[in-house]
Amino acid sequence: MSKYRNIAFAAAAVLLLGCAGASAQPAKQTAKPAAKAEAAKPDAKPDARLHIGQPATAQQIAGWDIDIRPDGQGAPPGQGSVKQGEEIYMAKCAACHGEFGESAGRWPQLSGGAGSIASPDPVKTVGSYFGSVSTVLDYVRRAMPFGDAQSLTNDELYAVVAYVLNLNDVVDDKFVLSKDTLAKVKMPNAGGFFEDDRETAEKSFWNPKPCMSNCKPEATITGRARVIDVTPEDKSAGKVE
Amino acid sequence: MSDTNVSASPSRRRFLATASGLVAAGVASPVLAQDAKIDAKALPPNVADWSKALGEGVVAHPYGSPSKFEKHVIRRDVEWLTASRESSVSFTPLHELDGIITPNGLCFERHHSGVAEVAPQDYRLMIHGLVERPMIFTFDDLKRFPRVNRIYFLECAANSGMEWRGAQLNGCQYTHGMVHCVEYTGVPLKVLLAESGIKPSAKWVLAEGADAAAMTRSIPLSKILDDCLVAYRMNGEMLRPENGYPARLVVPGWEGNMWVKWLRRLKLGDEPWETREETSKYTDLLADGKARKHTFVMDAKSIITSPSPQAPIKGKGFTVISGLAWSGRGKVKRVDVSVDGGRNWREATIDGLVLDKACVRFYAQTQWNGEPWLLQSRVIDETGYVQPSKDDLRKIRGVNSIYHNNGIQTYAVKPDGEVENVEVS
Repeated sequence: MSKYRNIAFAAAAVLLLGCAGASAQPAKQTAKPAAKAEAAKPDAKPDARLHIGQPATAQQIAGWDIDIRPDGQGAPPGQGSVKQGEEIYMAKCAACHGEFGESAGRWPQLSGGAGSIASPDPVKTVGSYFGSVSTVLDYVRRAMPFGDAQSLTNDELYAVVAYVLNLNDVVDDKFVLSKDTLAKVKMPNAGGFFEDDRETAEKSFWNPKPCMSNCKPEATITGRARVIDVTPEDKSAGKVE
Repeated sequence: MSDTNVSASPSRRRFLATASGLVAAGVASPVLAQDAKIDAKALPPNVADWSKALGEGVVAHPYGSPSKFEKHVIRRDVEWLTASRESSVSFTPLHELDGIITPNGLCFERHHSGVAEVAPQDYRLMIHGLVERPMIFTFDDLKRFPRVNRIYFLECAANSGMEWRGAQLNGCQYTHGMVHCVEYTGVPLKVLLAESGIKPSAKWVLAEGADAAAMTRSIPLSKILDDCLVAYRMNGEMLRPENGYPARLVVPGWEGNMWVKWLRRLKLGDEPWETREETSKYTDLLADGKARKHTFVMDAKSIITSPSPQAPIKGKGFTVISGLAWSGRGKVKRVDVSVDGGRNWREATIDGLVLDKACVRFYAQTQWNGEPWLLQSRVIDETGYVQPSKDDLRKIRGVNSIYHNNGIQTYAVKPDGEVENVEVS
């Protein structure tokens, strides 16, 4: 209790000092240019910080800083080959994702789907859809194996991702994945994404005077949620409520 | 929704068959509740038992629950939709609610690796990367900061995602139930980031959850500084575990996936990370095989919650049409209702609060005498965006988008008052 009270007093003191500083400042007629530049930065304001929290140590950050970017920033040391990855994949991944990444049951399919993305029935997999290797590597590092996350060593991580890339024919059997090689792998769908353009491509949805009457010919039903093999009057079938 | 094969056509037949069976099963209990046998001894001129005998005393339920007669008002899932309940979704029972605030226990859930049970004393929020001073905060630290209270809607980008190819699920709980609207109490991120300072090169923020998926999204720093919060309360009480206890990100108006739950880390960087959730998922695939990315804003959307397939019309005569509307671009300006499939429209009444990036409640009072209705609602927001028809949306986006389906919903109201999810010309 007394500890908190002390902190509260300290914070109040900082605030008071801050106020005093702020009110004193206008009195200074000859502010130096350097001081003005200082004032433009948010941190330079005496009351911008509340001085709550602790500095994060390098050791604390290292334990949680697991993200990996497409350019390789954040990728850990280590390496893994397709061959090493196959063994790990069979032991830790195949039960859900299938031996060849084809998916067992309803778990995500990891391979196949090449050329299907522009078809009426797209199959999104690592090979057919993912834009960069880091997307797989980062995800496996943080979230896989499902229910045993963050358990793979760095070498295992690289190896298993190398194997998944190989299942998609993105890399050959001899490939070794590492921090140095990951950004060099070209994913088939790397150019498949573009920035949100709704405000131009869908400009027609902004309409200052939407139609209120006789907006279209009489509407007819073109599809139903229920399987309609009975007349709507028949309450024994398709009854919802 | 991101782990599903909802758009895969091989399962479509099974989809339809299972869906109708499931919905029928799902609404079995409300029928029982509403049509429960009337006890004549409780009706006037008789005096009911509860008017004579003592009832339960105070603190019989230290944390109260809804009436036992409301047991059917629950979140529901669609079991076949996902491979496991740990990476799945449940839906808000919109048809059972009114007003704009969603009760905490009914807010839809979406987890990627189940609910993280984070002890508040062991909670830490780390802020690092392109900052002047990497910082770490305890939960007690967070609660010491100045805080604000804001009501916002939260909609999953995959809400209505099963309906791109046509009417499929019969009930707004399933077609539109991945939305909720609650009051958050939280710390503006610009206040938290003042503690760490921001390096001039910082443009993006990576937000990471403490769950076993370490769910991660890149968010533009400008949005973070504009109106994002680290929230720890919803509707006055602490966040529920399934909604991110003890702290989550609030990203007003933007897709629900970005509102990282069990928030443990914010890293400032100079470009997006292209995590699994922002490229392989939550990108909107168009018919030509190209996909929009960074489609953060949730387009304006509305849904009639009553009458609806799970809430049929009970009697002829005076009828109130009721629903919810929202827009990720700001305030709702107007909601229109049509009973002839969008041929003619009339303006509905908005009742209650109209807030930035929050749900509004609308009503249209009318008479219904058994005529067949093709019921629709459309919202117009303060930017002039008009909710499009499903066909107008499909003309631009195709049917493979999964995400961001905000097309106008149609309900067929039948002579007996039953309601069905349909598509119209």
